[in-house]
Amino acid sequence: MNLISIENIYVNYGAKTVLHGVDLSIDEGEIVTIVGPNGSGKTSLLRAIIGATSLQKGKITLKDNLKMGYVPQRLNFDSSLPMTVERFMHLSNNINKKECFNALEKAGAPNIFKSQISQLSGGQFQRVLLARAIIDKPDILLLDEATQGLDQPGSALFYKQIEEVRRETNCAVLMISHDLHVVMSTSDRVICLNGHVCCSGTPANVASDPEYKAMFGAGTEGTLALYQHQHGHDHRDKELEHNA
Amino acid sequence: MLDDFMTRAVLAGIGVALAAAPLGCFVVWRRMAYFGEAIAHAAILGVAISLTLQISVFTGALMIALLMAWIVTLLSGKNYAMDTLLGVLAHSSLAFGLVFVSFLSGIRIDLMAYLFGDILAVSQYDLAIIWLGVILVILLMYWRWSALLISTLNEEMAYASGLNPKRDKIILTLSLAITVAVAIKVVGVLLIIAMLIIPAATARIFARTPEAMAIIAAVIGSLSAFGGLEAAYIFDTPAGPTIVCVATTSFIIFNLMGYIYKKINSIFF
Repeated sequence: MNLISIENIYVNYGAKTVLHGVDLSIDEGEIVTIVGPNGSGKTSLLRAIIGATSLQKGKITLKDNLKMGYVPQRLNFDSSLPMTVERFMHLSNNINKKECFNALEKAGAPNIFKSQISQLSGGQFQRVLLARAIIDKPDILLLDEATQGLDQPGSALFYKQIEEVRRETNCAVLMISHDLHVVMSTSDRVICLNGHVCCSGTPANVASDPEYKAMFGAGTEGTLALYQHQHGHDHRDKELEHNA
Repeated sequence: MLDDFMTRAVLAGIGVALAAAPLGCFVVWRRMAYFGEAIAHAAILGVAISLTLQISVFTGALMIALLMAWIVTLLSGKNYAMDTLLGVLAHSSLAFGLVFVSFLSGIRIDLMAYLFGDILAVSQYDLAIIWLGVILVILLMYWRWSALLISTLNEEMAYASGLNPKRDKIILTLSLAITVAVAIKVVGVLLIIAMLIIPAATARIFARTPEAMAIIAAVIGSLSAFGGLEAAYIFDTPAGPTIVCVATTSFIIFNLMGYIYKKINSIFF
C-alpha cells in the first residue's frame, strides 16, 4: 500500500501552470528526494500533498489516517512572539514531557528545553523543527529544503540525523533538497522535477540520465552545476523542440 | 452596583481589555496592525449607516467591519502592496464615514463619542452587549489558540497537522471585528488599535511563552482601563484617550526598566 499516490496532477499559481501531469507515489519507509531548478514546482508539489494548494486537475490519495510530519524551511518568527522550545513542542497535541525529551534527543537537540526559540543557532533550530515533526510518530516526514540556513557540514549532519530517525521509526521521508551529495548518499529514490517529472530512479540512475544532465550539467556528478543553478534554459529549449 | 456610571465604565473598560489582550497578541505577532486599523476605521461608516437605518450601532459597525475585512482579503495580492491597499481603505472609509454622518441632518450626533469613545455613558444594555462580545471573543481565542499559533509560525506546518489556516484566519478576523464593534463605546474607532497593541507590546518584555504574553497583556490592559478612568476623573480629561495614555506610559516605563535591567546585568554579571 502506498502512503501517498499522486496521479496526473496539475497545479496553477496565478495564471502560471507550475505542475503539469505529475505522477508519483511514495512507499512505506523509503527516502525520496525531489531535485529541480528554482521555480520547478518542488514546493508546490509539497504544498499539494499537505492540502495547502488546490489541484487544477488530477488526484492525490493519502493512506487512511496518514500522519504527516512537516519540517518547514523557516518559521515566520517575529521577535515579538515569545516561545520556549518546550512550548513549541507542545503546540499541536497533548504530548507529555517525556515524549518531548525523547523527540528532541532523537532529533539530536537535547538540553535546550527551556531556551527561547529565537535564541537558538541555525543547527539547533532545524533540529527542534525536526523534533516537532517526529513527536507524533508520523508515517512520513516532509522536508522543504530544511537545511537552507545551514553550512555544508551542518546540513550533512542534519541529514544523517534524518537517516537515523528513519532507521529507528521506519517512517518514509520525502524531501526537497539542493545538496546533491546528500541526494546521492541518503536517498532510495530521486525525482527530478521541472514542472513535470523529468526522470526518476536510484540516485545513480538519475545522475546518468540525459535529461538530468541537461538540467544540471554533467561535470563532477552535477554537484557544481546544482549549486550554481545554471539550468532550466537548456531543458526548456529541448521541451520546445519536443513540442514543435 | 451597576447603577453607578463609574462602575459601568470600569467594567466596560476591563471587558474590552480582556478581549483585546489575546487578540492584540496575534495582531502584533502577525503584523496585522494596519489591517486592524482599516477594520476599525470602517466601523465609523457602520455607525453612520446604523444611525440612518436606526439599527443598533453595534450591529452596523460589526457588519461594515466584516465587509471591510472581506474587501481587503479580496483585493490583497492583486495590484498593490498590502500596505498601500490598507492605506487606501482605512483612511477612505474613515473619510466616507465622516461625510456620511454629516448628511444625517435632524439627528444630532456627538461625533467625538464614536471617534474617541464615551465610556462614561455606557448603559446597562451597552455593558451587556460589550461583555457578550468579550466572552465570545475570549472563547473563540481559547478554542483556536494553538491552531492560530501554528499557522502564525508556518502555514504549511498547520496544513500538515490537519488544521485549516484559512478558516482560522477568518475566525481571527471575526474576533477582531467583534472587538472593534464593542470597543467603539469605550475608546472609539480611532483608539481601538492602541488598546490591542500597547498592552501586548508591553507584555512582551516579561513573557517567555505566548500564553504568558496574553495574560500579562490582559492585566496591563485592565489596569490601564482602571487607572485611566481614575485619572480622567481626577484631571477632568476625556476618558478614552486617558486610558490609552496610561497604557502608553506603562509601555514606556516598563521598556526603560527592562533596558536598565539588561544594562546592569551586562555590567555586573
